[in-house]
Amino acid sequence: MFLTYLLRELSNRRKQTVIIAAGMALAIALVMIVTGVAAGVKNAQSTVLESVYGVGTDVTITQAAEPGADGPGQQFAFGSGDGTATDDGSTEVAQSTLSAARGTATFDSSALTTVEGVDGVSAATATLSLQASTFSGTVPDFSQGGAGGAGADGAPGDGTDAGTQAAPPTGGADGAGGSAFDVDQFSVTGLDPATNAVGPLSSASIVDGRSLTAADAGADVVVLDQTYATSADLAVGDTLAIGGTDFTVVGIVASTSSDAATASDTYVPLDTAQALSGLTDQISDVYVTASSASGVDALKSDLQAALPDATVSTQSDLASSVSGSLSTASDLIGKLGTWLSVAVLAAAFLMAILFTVSGVGRRTREFGTLKAIGWSGSRITRQIAGESLVQGLLGGVVGVAVGLLGILVVNLVAPTLSAAATTQAAGPGAGGPGSAAGGGAGQQVAQATTDVALTVPVTASIVVLAVGLAVVGGLLAGATGGWRASRLRPAEALRSVA
Amino acid sequence: MYTLTAVTKTYRQKKRTVTALAGVDLVIPAGQMVAIQGPTGGGKSTLLQMLGALDRPTSGTVRLGDSELSAAGDHALAAARARDIGFVFQGFNLIPTLTAAENVETAFADGSTPRAERREKARAALASVGLAERADHLPSELSGGQQQRVAIARALVKEPSVLLADEPTGSLDEATRDEIMDLLEGVWRDRGLTVVIVTHDSAVARRAQRRLRIAGGELTELGPAA
Repeated sequence: MFLTYLLRELSNRRKQTVIIAAGMALAIALVMIVTGVAAGVKNAQSTVLESVYGVGTDVTITQAAEPGADGPGQQFAFGSGDGTATDDGSTEVAQSTLSAARGTATFDSSALTTVEGVDGVSAATATLSLQASTFSGTVPDFSQGGAGGAGADGAPGDGTDAGTQAAPPTGGADGAGGSAFDVDQFSVTGLDPATNAVGPLSSASIVDGRSLTAADAGADVVVLDQTYATSADLAVGDTLAIGGTDFTVVGIVASTSSDAATASDTYVPLDTAQALSGLTDQISDVYVTASSASGVDALKSDLQAALPDATVSTQSDLASSVSGSLSTASDLIGKLGTWLSVAVLAAAFLMAILFTVSGVGRRTREFGTLKAIGWSGSRITRQIAGESLVQGLLGGVVGVAVGLLGILVVNLVAPTLSAAATTQAAGPGAGGPGSAAGGGAGQQVAQATTDVALTVPVTASIVVLAVGLAVVGGLLAGATGGWRASRLRPAEALRSVA
Repeated sequence: MYTLTAVTKTYRQKKRTVTALAGVDLVIPAGQMVAIQGPTGGGKSTLLQMLGALDRPTSGTVRLGDSELSAAGDHALAAARARDIGFVFQGFNLIPTLTAAENVETAFADGSTPRAERREKARAALASVGLAERADHLPSELSGGQQQRVAIARALVKEPSVLLADEPTGSLDEATRDEIMDLLEGVWRDRGLTVVIVTHDSAVARRAQRRLRIAGGELTELGPAA
């Protein structure tokens, strides 16, 4: 009787059933798509973060740079005797430096030992982020025709005729006194060659050659990021000058988590990087894997207590450092999408409730009669709730289908989102003139820029969420209508329609 | 069967109190067929609601057999209606989306009767009112008289001890009225039911064993049917 009555009522009130189911379907489809896209954006953020921090990194530890710590910026100084004279009289000069990356503060490597001693730490490794800069160029011969001109030191020349035009210099890059200078910069990360399970290279795969091993400690060997190797036209076996020292390229790596570049252009053994940069026993980052995923927040607190001067960040903290259109999409989904879903869902629920209550009003005589012949209030409530539940489930089934279709469309379009993950908030004034990345207050240093195709995952939880919402919507409407019907007194119900 | 003692029912209507029943005393023995007449607004329907456990009096007591209806809770009243009382309404009050047989099945109010037994009894009840062939028709496919027969089958299928009819012929023409009254009279005689009929129609009232009149909430005995 329950099912027969239910199905007859729904088919008899087909228009109302379709409207309620359609409203519910629209809301559920929207929630599915928004939830799916949010998950896709989160995955994309994880992808970007993994390309920077590696797989399995739960917590990173850095230290904020002191204001002005970066000094006046990158400088190259040449003495009068520097450079190599060429046949045309000009001088070729070149200089390489290796220093801490802009906006990066270094701290004592004993922090790693401290971290490893904190409960809840499964693995930890330290790195040193450096910037290698090479200045090279040709300086023309200024000594020719110098009479009447200004000397290199700015003192007046000794020409006798003030109106005489000094002869132009010769040589140089264009043979006519011109100059040409190249400034090449790339990032260098010093890391523990014995540890690849956590850290920047944990998300990288070997494209050619090999990765760093424990035996490479102290050696002048380098592993290149594939993107950098291509742009610099370098291959395994070639030599790359870093800070004035020639390094042998032993491997080329690429990110496994996306088509993005890895966290750094080059990777060298940590002790080699420390020695070459003069930053003995200094590190810039500690990568930590927690023993338990659920204990990350507690671990963060413990690490912060152990290293009060350090900046301790979890993956969720780091997610906020992802910028670009991915960040915009995340904001859009997080704010507009969520509120739109809530609004549409609330409207659908409200519509279902109003239609159900209105239906109860129209069926006053019917329910009054059923009460008169002995139906209990709870049986009438169950009947109404059953009708609303089926309407909700119909909407849920259609909503899941429409939602899956929407997700399929998003996945077919696969919109590309660009993202830059940043780390190392530098203090006010960090970085000096000429700094590529330093600058104003709160400046952050870009670590990796990447394009990520948005893929919306379809998980059981999304489908369960959709069906759950349909059930909740149906039951909510049914409970409200049933409550209204159960309050009908049979005598009044029959009197009101007499 | 019924014992009503000093039953009063008042309503609040637009800031004034309306007395529908004013100290009604009434005893209806089991197996009696009673007709209640009176003007519109005189208290007929209110009295029927007290007898049908649809409402409670403002004061006084209503007993059905050993049950004190005036002091019973909602669940107990619903159980009494489901078990002991059959209703027939002027407007038939059938569920429009259910067939004649399904409408009769709704009388098994507690939902515990097995489906097969329910269907069998419903069809037997329809057969007893001469509608065996119309069991699978919707109310909209039946005439007024046929719909009232379905309503009577619905009232009788659970074998109640009391049948209450509120203007059962009010929506029917004379010929159909007589058919329905023949049916009700036959049921009363065959089953030994207590039947209470509220009616404006003196022709209907005359077929009862006992006639009562209620006006202004006060009940008077008109004596046995002529």
